[in-house]
Amino acid sequence: MEDTSFAKVDPALKHGEYEWQDPKSEDEVVNIVYVTKDGKKHPVKGKVGDNALYLAHRYGIEMEGACEASLACTTCHVYVNDKFLDQLPPSEEKEDDLLDMAPFLKENSRLGCQITLTKDLEGMELQLPKATRNFYVDGHKPTPH
Amino acid sequence: MFSSNLKVPQVCIVGAGPGGFYAAMHLTKNLASVNVDIIEKLPVPFGLIRYGVAPDHPEVKNVINQFTKVAQKNNVNFYGNVTLGKDISLSHLRQHYDAVLLTYGAEEDKTLGIENEDASNVVAARNFVGWYNGLPSDSNLKFDLSGPRAAILGQGNVALDVARILLSPIDELAKTDITEHALSALAESKVKELYLVGRRGPLQVAFTIKELREQLKMKDCRTIWREENFDGVSDIVGTLARPRKRLIELMLKSLEENRTAKDDKFSKRFYPIFYRSPNKFIVNNEKKLEGIELTCTKMIGDKIEEQKCVPTEEQEILNCSLAFRSIGYKSINVDKDLKFLSHGVVANDKGRVIDDNHELAKMYVAGWLGTGPSGVILHTMGNAFQVAKAICEDINNSKDTDPKGGFGEVKKVIRNAIIDWDGWTKIDKYETEQGKKVGKPREKICDVEKMIEIAKT
Repeated sequence: MEDTSFAKVDPALKHGEYEWQDPKSEDEVVNIVYVTKDGKKHPVKGKVGDNALYLAHRYGIEMEGACEASLACTTCHVYVNDKFLDQLPPSEEKEDDLLDMAPFLKENSRLGCQITLTKDLEGMELQLPKATRNFYVDGHKPTPH
Repeated sequence: MFSSNLKVPQVCIVGAGPGGFYAAMHLTKNLASVNVDIIEKLPVPFGLIRYGVAPDHPEVKNVINQFTKVAQKNNVNFYGNVTLGKDISLSHLRQHYDAVLLTYGAEEDKTLGIENEDASNVVAARNFVGWYNGLPSDSNLKFDLSGPRAAILGQGNVALDVARILLSPIDELAKTDITEHALSALAESKVKELYLVGRRGPLQVAFTIKELREQLKMKDCRTIWREENFDGVSDIVGTLARPRKRLIELMLKSLEENRTAKDDKFSKRFYPIFYRSPNKFIVNNEKKLEGIELTCTKMIGDKIEEQKCVPTEEQEILNCSLAFRSIGYKSINVDKDLKFLSHGVVANDKGRVIDDNHELAKMYVAGWLGTGPSGVILHTMGNAFQVAKAICEDINNSKDTDPKGGFGEVKKVIRNAIIDWDGWTKIDKYETEQGKKVGKPREKICDVEKMIEIAKT
């Protein structure tokens, strides 16, 4: 029986401590770019094994991560630039189920907490959406894509 | 403005659920100086995270870690066992605070308003949820699980939570923080067939894909759909927006499996049925439930989004000895000074409560009390942040230099024991230790007096 209670998250990564360690050598380095809501690009020197959510936290990029990478929210919703979308392991059902609830969903939407850096991702751009939450209260309805 | 630098704005949040905590998080992050007091009716915090989220969804409860960090801030206080409208009045709070934010949610369930709804074995899903989650007011309830067939009226996520708790193998539930009284009652349950009854069609269900997927994957339980409910559905599935499309595709896939399935060895059955609206409960001469008279319905109108559900002449009788009403929640009005709109939310403009009294502190509302009882934690978070932003704006623009007494003044009229965060920490520790003994993440205390006793040790 598949364990559906917990997402596959390496416990060592859970609190984001790993991301606070600098790369030990150039071989480990993976440079990626976060693009914030205002369109600003923030180049970040990450390393192999870093979780894109916690790496963002280290560098002060506003990515919420309310559920602590346990696949229970969509607050770390990002767009992955097309070139790198195929480099990522395909999303699992659980991630897709959550993305269904994310506002401004696009074809290249992923959850930042499910992205682990590898050498292949050198140069990847992760763009933050206009909003990570619904604001139905003021009558705005996100249009489906 | 020198004067505004001298005073620390005092904000009172009523209700320690996700709405209250997310608002507190935003306020303390975005105001240079503020004191936030969160008051709560129960001695324990977290509202529906503790008492609503199903015990087999522990990952959803991770938000508690963030809330705990908020509560541990020097300028945030938790005061449990304090009830608005009973221990203190709204006008009293408004005298002693600069802003009062109401986030006390929606604690009552909507009723169907049909014949024999008061029969025994017709129960509110809400009470059942409160019972298995250890809500003190529901913990002493008894549910008659001795019959083989039960029905849930409604097709939202609460309905699916109830279904999952009723149908899950008991050894899986035993690993969760489900209450002991519920676990032992469920272990004796004879419910083998469960109907999930919806007024509208498969395209209109309110539950989300995660919950359906869990039900479909459940051990020892087969989901059986009615073929005729899906007439024409596969033709339009491609035109739907992604979330609904994936949800419908999952149903169709399961329907397809029904067609090809051979006789199976599953001991339980789950039957989602559509286009059936409850007309009355059928009872025996002891007023005990025997069945539900359902009116068949159909959807009319061209566009799927604009279709309306109308009754037909046909009826169906569903024999069952237990029925859960799961058609939504509503908020209660706890104070005479609050104005409710007809659909059961506090009248507000983007979270600012509409009110003529400018002598007292402004009131705000966030979460289900302001938006209506729908949406997941994520939606409440968005709303709470938005309302907290309005509070920040108003506080920053305020010319009121008069310092407020805050909880120091308010508590003078409170007679009962006030449970602070330290008190909760003790309860938390106790519950975790008790849980450990039986291999559960925690064993909740279900009695308010006991909670207070432990908090005061």
